[in-house]
Amino acid sequence: MTPTFVRLMIRHAEERPHAPALREKAFGIWRTLTWSQLRALVRALAAGLAQAGLARGQHVAVIGENRPRLYAAMLAAQSLGAVPVPLYQDAVAAELAFPLASAEIPFAIVEDQEQVDKLLEIAPRCPLLRALWVDNPRGLRRYESEGRPALRTLDDLVALGESALTDLGPLVDAATAAARPEDVAALFFTSGTTGEPKGVVHTHAALLDRALAGAAFDRLTSDEEVLAYLPPAWIGQNIFSYAQWLACGYVVNCPESADTVAIDLKEIGPTYYFAPPRILEALLTSVTIRMEDAGRLQRALYARFLGQGRAWAARRARGERAGWVDRLLHALGDLLVYGPLRNALGFSRVRVAYTAGEAIGPDLFAFYRAIGVNLKQLYGSTETAVFVCLQPDDDARADTVGVPVAGVELRITEAGELLVRSPGLMQGYWRNPEATAEVLTNDGWYRTGDAGLIDTSGHLRIVDRAKDVGRLAGGPFDGALFAPKYVENKLKFFPAIKEAVAFGDGRDRVCAFVNIDFEAVGDWAERRGLPYTGYVDLAGKPEVAALVRECVERANAELAADPALAGSQIHRFLVLHKELDADDGELTRTRKVRRRLIAQKYAVLVDALYAGATHQFIETAVRFEDGRTGIVAADLRIHDATVRPAVRDAA
Amino acid sequence: MTLVAATLRGAEQPAQASGTEASADAPRERFATPDGGARRLGDVVLAVEGVCLAFGGLKALEDIAFDVREHEVRAIIGPNGAGKSSLINCINGVYAPQHGTITLRGELLRRASPRHAAARGVARTFQNLALFQGMSVLDNVMAGRSLRMKSNLLQQAFRLGPALREEIAHREAVERIIDFLEIQAHRKTPVGRLPYGLQKRVDLARALAMEPTILLLDEPMAGMNVEEKQDMCRFILDVNDEFGTTIVLIEHDMGVVMDLSDRVVVLDHGRLIADGPPDAVRADPEVIRAYLGVGH
Repeated sequence: MTPTFVRLMIRHAEERPHAPALREKAFGIWRTLTWSQLRALVRALAAGLAQAGLARGQHVAVIGENRPRLYAAMLAAQSLGAVPVPLYQDAVAAELAFPLASAEIPFAIVEDQEQVDKLLEIAPRCPLLRALWVDNPRGLRRYESEGRPALRTLDDLVALGESALTDLGPLVDAATAAARPEDVAALFFTSGTTGEPKGVVHTHAALLDRALAGAAFDRLTSDEEVLAYLPPAWIGQNIFSYAQWLACGYVVNCPESADTVAIDLKEIGPTYYFAPPRILEALLTSVTIRMEDAGRLQRALYARFLGQGRAWAARRARGERAGWVDRLLHALGDLLVYGPLRNALGFSRVRVAYTAGEAIGPDLFAFYRAIGVNLKQLYGSTETAVFVCLQPDDDARADTVGVPVAGVELRITEAGELLVRSPGLMQGYWRNPEATAEVLTNDGWYRTGDAGLIDTSGHLRIVDRAKDVGRLAGGPFDGALFAPKYVENKLKFFPAIKEAVAFGDGRDRVCAFVNIDFEAVGDWAERRGLPYTGYVDLAGKPEVAALVRECVERANAELAADPALAGSQIHRFLVLHKELDADDGELTRTRKVRRRLIAQKYAVLVDALYAGATHQFIETAVRFEDGRTGIVAADLRIHDATVRPAVRDAA
Repeated sequence: MTLVAATLRGAEQPAQASGTEASADAPRERFATPDGGARRLGDVVLAVEGVCLAFGGLKALEDIAFDVREHEVRAIIGPNGAGKSSLINCINGVYAPQHGTITLRGELLRRASPRHAAARGVARTFQNLALFQGMSVLDNVMAGRSLRMKSNLLQQAFRLGPALREEIAHREAVERIIDFLEIQAHRKTPVGRLPYGLQKRVDLARALAMEPTILLLDEPMAGMNVEEKQDMCRFILDVNDEFGTTIVLIEHDMGVVMDLSDRVVVLDHGRLIADGPPDAVRADPEVIRAYLGVGH
């Protein structure tokens, strides 16, 4: 029988009924749901949804953190031939209105009161929304359950389904059996850097094909342990903790809460792990901070063996064999530094780790390779069901994203844009034929919008977004290449810098905004007995500006060493008074900087940078977590940084 | 996760919930309960009558009388030195008033001792934190259950059957509180290493671990930033709502008091100058003069 997600789940339940499928930490204890328990739960939920009137082809919104019952709800919807639509749980209410209305969603299964409040707020704009089921009913005691949309608990739905199973069970089973691989399996809304989000339509066949291709590439088995901690609405998390979970039959673990991920990671010890660069960065920052607190011996060992590890990893990447001295040193390092470090990070059992989403800083990448974590890069997007390129275990590099996975064809257009053809391509954007026509060609290619090139070893290299790469105009570096992300990444590698935004396209020089990392700089300030009252105050300290300048100048030195990028050195910078935030629209939900929007919003600051001003007053509207708005005002100082002449190639 | 306590609470009050019908922008109507949102206030559980407390010549409390009803949030406000903490300390059994009576569920609190009060279901948090700084959050909250531990020292020392079973049961109760107050990430962290706002939350957790019928909160929001205050408001309301705990609250932040409490007692220089629902108290001329200042 050709597989669909539900039939795969049933197969696992039949073959290995008592093997764990999902684990969740609740009230301090990891609780297991076996495949047979999962099957029973899914069947009850499906019967409940059928009873409520969910029909084949309809959409069901699923909104929440990674929770076993929310994953079961996705399977339940698919059991009836309906389509789950995972939505970002951290989106503000207004952002949920468009997907709910455009996908004509009648039912939503949500995690908690927070999501219920948001949906009730936008309910008037989504007249088709009929009912909500909430996984965790805490705080909802006083809410009215009748009305439109009706509000029920997920327990109610399970109970409803169980009581209706005798009548509706056969109907559910028939619908499950009737599902075909080419049916639509899920609808993912992309975070959308511009305009309304677009719904990406994927079939069972496309998602499963990619899930299996990725699994075969890394020889994944049913023994893998995965920690699901990123938003389930993001296709990456969905592939790792849903598509590949069902394809391979491994265990998906749901953390206790968003705050406990680091602790849960250590307790679970995943074997297959994914983290976007920013999380790897945050982990490294925490290691760096802790190392600064460590004793002199520990710090010396750390510095000595980290250098050793980096050299070892670099040599391995070049395919060189290590001598016996190096091997001995490496074994010693593993015993004294790498092993304990992996353990402290929760990476002791990691066999395959991936990072993607953004370019990763070479130093950051090298750090994890150096301590013996098999960190690799992959390339893909929502439209391609993630797996386009993957790096082989023995050929992981910081500057490429790997080789095409089985089934993928790549092509680079004359303009430098990367095109992809694979069985994992989306069907199209939901009810948006114009947008679909823009990215899907008639002969089956998908336009990625990325500027890429394929090197001699067959690895794909992504330079930047095709539209973001710019050139300087005028000044000493006239016509030089300006790759904003490259510059920003250089700055972001410093623990003190959380975010950076570089400007320079069409200008005579590069200037930048810098966001300090509150945790790291706060710690640094405390260590120096530098008092501060909060973020704004700390960011405005002259001592902090000096610290940032040091980072900028070191980045400039590295940029100057690369003839092609010497022009991207930062001439002037300022330290922003507020953290760039997705709630204010400055970052996407996946936390990429929206450079254009930031340039508009802070136009006064950009002008001041280029006008040579020494300080500039600014008032910024901010949106708090509860949806209220306020004003943050500050007089920002603007600093100059030393720029070096480009290093000329001797040859 | 932050919610606006004011919105939640405001919506629960009938006056606001049954107000404008067509405010489509806010989900407010949805919060109203079918019975119009009236809170389920019960009988008087705590009655303070004619309480006088003096330290030598200093009269801290003069002839104070008020009551607390089951399930309500009762605020005690007043300027510095008004006698708020002294009053809480009388209820809690730390001080013995020279005159007057304090009745808890119809039973006179005769012998003043905190242990006696605690055994009768009165728990409290402190204005200046009184946590075990070197112990983990978990151990601090577990300490709140010590009055409920039945096994003897020997059994506990050797983790014998009954003691082990008891500890597991208590740990379960504590885990529910940890989950409720969202401090899972800090279970094993020594309290002294936590920021102040979180320490306040641990203090509340420990008081809750007693499963009190009356919870005395002495300035639970003192020294907190806006976000921490909002979180704390939500937790207090949730405690009141989910567990039905009666809460007596001392607080300086007027906004918090007005949003949270059902009835307010106002003290000034040891005398009770007003008692009533927040809106009435706010409008009381004497309160405005004494507490909020003239020309407010």
